[in-house]
Amino acid sequence: MCECCNGQTDIYLPQMATITKRKMLTDTEVYMHLEMDCGQDLAYQPGQFVEVSLAGIGEAPISISSSPTQKGLELVVRNVGSLTRAIHKLQPGDKLGIRGPYGATYPIEEAKGRNLVFICGGIGLVPQRSFIRYALDHRGNYGKIIVLIGTKTYSMRLFCDEIALWHKRTDMKVLETIDEAHEQWHGNVGVVTTLIPKIENELAGSLVLVCGPPIMYKFVLISLADAHVSKENIYVNLERRMKCGVGKCGHCQINDKYVCQDGPVFRFSELALVPEAI
Amino acid sequence: MSVRKFTSQQFDEFVSAMLKTGRPVIAPQAKDDRFAFGPLSSPADLRLDYDVTILPPKKYVLPQVEPLLEFEVFGPYQSVYEGKPMILLGVHPYDLAAILQTDELFRQGYYDKHYMDRRKQITIIALDVVRPSINVFASSMGTATISKGYDILLTVLKDGSILADAATDKGQELLRLAGASAPASEADLKARKAVWDYNAAGLNKHVLLCKPSFLPKLLEQHYNHPVWEEKARLCYSCGSCNMVCPTCYCFDVQDQVDWNLKNGQRARCWDGCLLEHFAVVAGNHNFRKERSARFRHRLYRKGKYVPAKIGGEIACVGCGRCITACTAKIANPVDVYNRLIQDTQLG
Repeated sequence: MCECCNGQTDIYLPQMATITKRKMLTDTEVYMHLEMDCGQDLAYQPGQFVEVSLAGIGEAPISISSSPTQKGLELVVRNVGSLTRAIHKLQPGDKLGIRGPYGATYPIEEAKGRNLVFICGGIGLVPQRSFIRYALDHRGNYGKIIVLIGTKTYSMRLFCDEIALWHKRTDMKVLETIDEAHEQWHGNVGVVTTLIPKIENELAGSLVLVCGPPIMYKFVLISLADAHVSKENIYVNLERRMKCGVGKCGHCQINDKYVCQDGPVFRFSELALVPEAI
Repeated sequence: MSVRKFTSQQFDEFVSAMLKTGRPVIAPQAKDDRFAFGPLSSPADLRLDYDVTILPPKKYVLPQVEPLLEFEVFGPYQSVYEGKPMILLGVHPYDLAAILQTDELFRQGYYDKHYMDRRKQITIIALDVVRPSINVFASSMGTATISKGYDILLTVLKDGSILADAATDKGQELLRLAGASAPASEADLKARKAVWDYNAAGLNKHVLLCKPSFLPKLLEQHYNHPVWEEKARLCYSCGSCNMVCPTCYCFDVQDQVDWNLKNGQRARCWDGCLLEHFAVVAGNHNFRKERSARFRHRLYRKGKYVPAKIGGEIACVGCGRCITACTAKIANPVDVYNRLIQDTQLG
């Protein structure tokens, strides 16, 4: 919630925001830059999400992709349902309702002075980007920054221009892979776990931050266990149906945890007694 | 505050006086051969002898469909608060226990103004159970009698007279509407105590073999017990157990657009964790796909997860409605918990 909306008492009432920039990243993902109509930035931290709504269609939880070090709010929305289809039709100047931010953040304080390894699968790059950018904007606070990005196909890669800039930086390391070979792709082919052996020496003592589709976690977590990364040093960012965002509606519950409140970012060791998590 | 005693005729006059206030009086009435809470129009329709209602009075605290916001399509939103002063008459102790739990859940953390605003306008007249229902087990759950949360508590004595105990200013004020009544005598209070003593043990058609406070510990040990699969194999995933449950409060939120395609409302509506789509996310991935996982989730919520949120109270109040509503006859929480207890003793 932004400063000036703090007096607001209805937890379900969205604030209006205006789309200031829009770009298709792939055939199915649209990038949007938004500004709150009240003129103030949302007070969020990397890892949090907002409830995005379009009156008459509905509301859905969407990860924040920008860093609080930037102005405005950036979201990436995949076209998968009636709400996201309608959001895809919006243009700069159009408005969306925003509630939040909600949820637990990445461990930005605990991570200070540590090496950070981001493992991103597909659209999992979107929330990870918030912390990556935050860390790059506070570069002196963090050790090495390593980003592993796995994407299903060549055309589904996100933030290609930005990643090209990351590749050029000398203060971070970016490794990419795609699952299916493509004639224009000269990099690594295979699932994201095939990148882990390439950075195995960097894993000791690093904080490893994982976000991707449900199936990815199992394999990444097995690989990390094989590489002797302790569960305390792993954070996962989980997807669930956070319908209300405020710990009431029950949809995002995994055993006794509410993803919208206790997560979506969890330290993996805290999920030891939460069998429904992964 | 003193306890008043009414003859049944005097009580009818009191009900008439309440009806004259213009505030809706919601009370148990016959519905075919069963009972349901609904707006009362005459004292003659009031059934203080009801055993259990089809749906709990929850529907007046958390309606099946409750508008939260009004909007213009694509435009801004406005909050809607529909709650109005209301008298909820004849709430059994187990149902009141459930309402008090729901109050806490909507109050804590993010304060739900929609729920709380409606709730604050409701005056609750509780009623000690006169006739046990076929599946009640409130005695096992410690919710057969209640000592808090009501504005007035009614107890029907054996001779048909009715004691009314006002516990709040709201209750006291309402009692002032009553015409003739007498102060309850020592003997009346003794007779009331006898009703409480009887109910504390007698509303128990299914007997839980442990204290309810043991359930969180019990469930800790049995996450992978075969009973989840055995029971769930018969489950139709119809969600009836959720819908009739006084402590289930999960909801969905939907936008509804008016016929003019210009205005609409965002409303919350009851949802249930037994329904197949409850944990589905965009792209159709279902995080609780197996029936057994959904079946288990309900009983873990009642016995472990919700209690952890509200200070230990078990979120099953023993009304027995799920047992009656379940077509497959698998919903009985006591059956499952007792099975786990037996296996705990063996292990």
